Amino acid sequence: MEAMDMVESGGMDWMKIISALFLVAMLVYLIPRAKQMMEISAQAENKDWMGAIIPLIAVVGFVVFLVSMV
Amino acid sequence: MNPQSVFTGSAVSSAEKNKVLTNTYKLLSMTLVFSALMAGVSMAVALPPMISLISSIGAIALVWFVLPRTANSSTGIFVVFGFTGLLGLGLGPMLNSFLSIPGGSQVIMTAMGGTGAIFLGLSAYALTTKKDFSFLGGMLFAGFIVVMIAALANIFLQMPGLHLAISGAVILIMSGFILYDTSRIVNGGETNYIMATASLYLSIYNIFVSLLQILGAFSKDD
Repeated sequence: MEAMDMVESGGMDWMKIISALFLVAMLVYLIPRAKQMMEISAQAENKDWMGAIIPLIAVVGFVVFLVSMV
Repeated sequence: MNPQSVFTGSAVSSAEKNKVLTNTYKLLSMTLVFSALMAGVSMAVALPPMISLISSIGAIALVWFVLPRTANSSTGIFVVFGFTGLLGLGLGPMLNSFLSIPGGSQVIMTAMGGTGAIFLGLSAYALTTKKDFSFLGGMLFAGFIVVMIAALANIFLQMPGLHLAISGAVILIMSGFILYDTSRIVNGGETNYIMATASLYLSIYNIFVSLLQILGAFSKDD
C-alpha cells in the first residue's frame, strides 16, 4: 500500500512538472503575441465598452443561476 | 484567439463575410460532434488521466505550429479535426471522474447546456448588433496571460479557491473571445473559416471545462 502511495505520489509529481513546463511554454509563446495584440488594440477607434460589458455580466449571472440549479 | 489583424476589413464583400460565417459554423458543428465522439471513445476505454495532458500538448502543438501553415489549404480541415479530436479524447478521463460521483451526470449535462447557451447567446448578440469588438483583443490576451500565471502557481499551491477563481476568469475571458472572434468574422477581420473555427472551438472547449469545474465544486451531491 505504501509502495502504491509512493508510485501515485511520484506519478502526480511527474504530472505536475509536465503541466508546469507546458504552461511555461504556452506563456513564452503567448506573451510576445499578447504585447503585439495590445499595441494593435490600443489603436482601435471604436471602443464600445458597455456593448461588451453587458453581455459578459449576463454570462456571470447565467453561471450563478446554473450553480444554484445543481 | 488569433493574433492577427484586428481591424475591420471593409474591402471584404458582404457575400464573402456570409460565406466565411456559414463555413465556420458548419465546420464548428462537425468538429464539436467529432470531439464528443472522441470523448465517448476515451470514456468507453477508460483512458488514464495522463492522456488529458498528452492530448492537450498535442492539440496545442497542432494549433500553433501546423494549423497556421495549412489553414489556407484543405489539409487545414484535417488538422482542425485532429486537434479537436485530441482535445475530445483528453476530456474522457475528466468526464469519467465526474460520472463516478453522485449527481455527476447532471453536472455534465448542465455544463453542456450552459456552454451551448453561452455560445449561442453571445454569438447571437455579436451577429445581430454587428458591433466591432476588435478593441477587446489586447485586454483578453493580457487577461489570459494572467490566468495562465495563476494556473501555473496553483499547480504547486493547490488552493481550491484559486482554482475556482481561475475557472470563473476563464469563462469570462473565453466569452469575450467569442464576442471578439464572431465580430471579426462579421466585420471582415477574419476571412479564413478554418482559423475562425479553431478559435471558436477553443473558447467553447475552455468554457465547458471551466463550467464543469465550477458546477462540480458547488454540486449539492458532492
